[in-house]
Amino acid sequence: MTIFDFFRPARSAPVARDRLQILLQHERVSAGASDLIAVLREEILEVIARHVEIPAEKVQVKMQRDEAISTLEVEIELPNPIRRRAAA
Amino acid sequence: MSQVLVVTSGKGGVGKTTSTAAIGAALAMNGSRVAVVDFDVGLRNLDLVMGAERRVVYDLINVVQGEAKLQQALIRDKRLETLYLLPASQTRDKDALTSEGVARVMDDLRESFDWIVCDSPAGIERGALLAMRHADVAVVVTNPEVSSVRDSDRIIGMLDAKTAKAERGEYMEKHLLLTRYDAARAERGQMLKVDDVLEILSIPLLGIIPESEAVLNASNVGCPVTLTAADSAPARAYIDAARRLEGDVIPMMIPADKRVGFMGKLFGRRAA
Repeated sequence: MTIFDFFRPARSAPVARDRLQILLQHERVSAGASDLIAVLREEILEVIARHVEIPAEKVQVKMQRDEAISTLEVEIELPNPIRRRAAA
Repeated sequence: MSQVLVVTSGKGGVGKTTSTAAIGAALAMNGSRVAVVDFDVGLRNLDLVMGAERRVVYDLINVVQGEAKLQQALIRDKRLETLYLLPASQTRDKDALTSEGVARVMDDLRESFDWIVCDSPAGIERGALLAMRHADVAVVVTNPEVSSVRDSDRIIGMLDAKTAKAERGEYMEKHLLLTRYDAARAERGQMLKVDDVLEILSIPLLGIIPESEAVLNASNVGCPVTLTAADSAPARAYIDAARRLEGDVIPMMIPADKRVGFMGKLFGRRAA
């Protein structure tokens, strides 16, 4: 620390911006769109489970909100070998 | 065609009531018929900021419950003849507001007014949900400060999910009003910049209201800042914001009050 730092106030705004970006990215997924995400996840899982055996935690649904569009990211992990269910 | 506008924020104390009064008055100055509606049941303050606190007879809950006619509860502004106030109740329980009752009052207001400006209570509970429920357009009031930005993000999510418009599958129009902004501090890196907040919240900017003494002066005397100090920096910003709501395209700028230097303050005060 030099004598000049004393006169130069800390730039705290970039810290605020970074903290918010990280926090909100997380909150938008977990809380913000939770109702929709939960419903989508449930129904996607249901459709897949009709055809293959899949543990519930292997279906991940994420939503990213942007100015013009929102994107829905669906990640489905199928365990190998794929075990097809018999047609109902 | 009438428009219902909700002024909301999630966080308290960021300037919802001040902004409701200022924008309501600015819209009325342009000749529109405007009703400002206080949804903050139990903690009403729009009457005080509008300078009508001693003229309240009936309130929103009386109208919702059929104890008074809408025309009896509406208070006409003494300065602008196209500006009216529908106050909140100070004594009744907020559960007295029913969703159907509010819908009926909003429909009635739409018949007589061009703009219905709803001042939302803070929080994300029932009162805030009822205030945004029937809105066509939302103004999200945000301070350049982390907790306010976070709460605004939450409110934006609710506007997209819990309003009547959203439930009908329609797009909910939302605008950001950045209040208490200090351009000099933002420039020094001590306050979130306009672009930071816009990037995080991703909704279009309606206006930047600079931090100014004129805002407190206005509420002290019970007059919207756009009426009592129309030349002040915040008033000019609110007037531009109101015109943007009416569809005018105006270049975005941050108005500034005339700066009084250190010496000016020192001697200005002594002289006064």
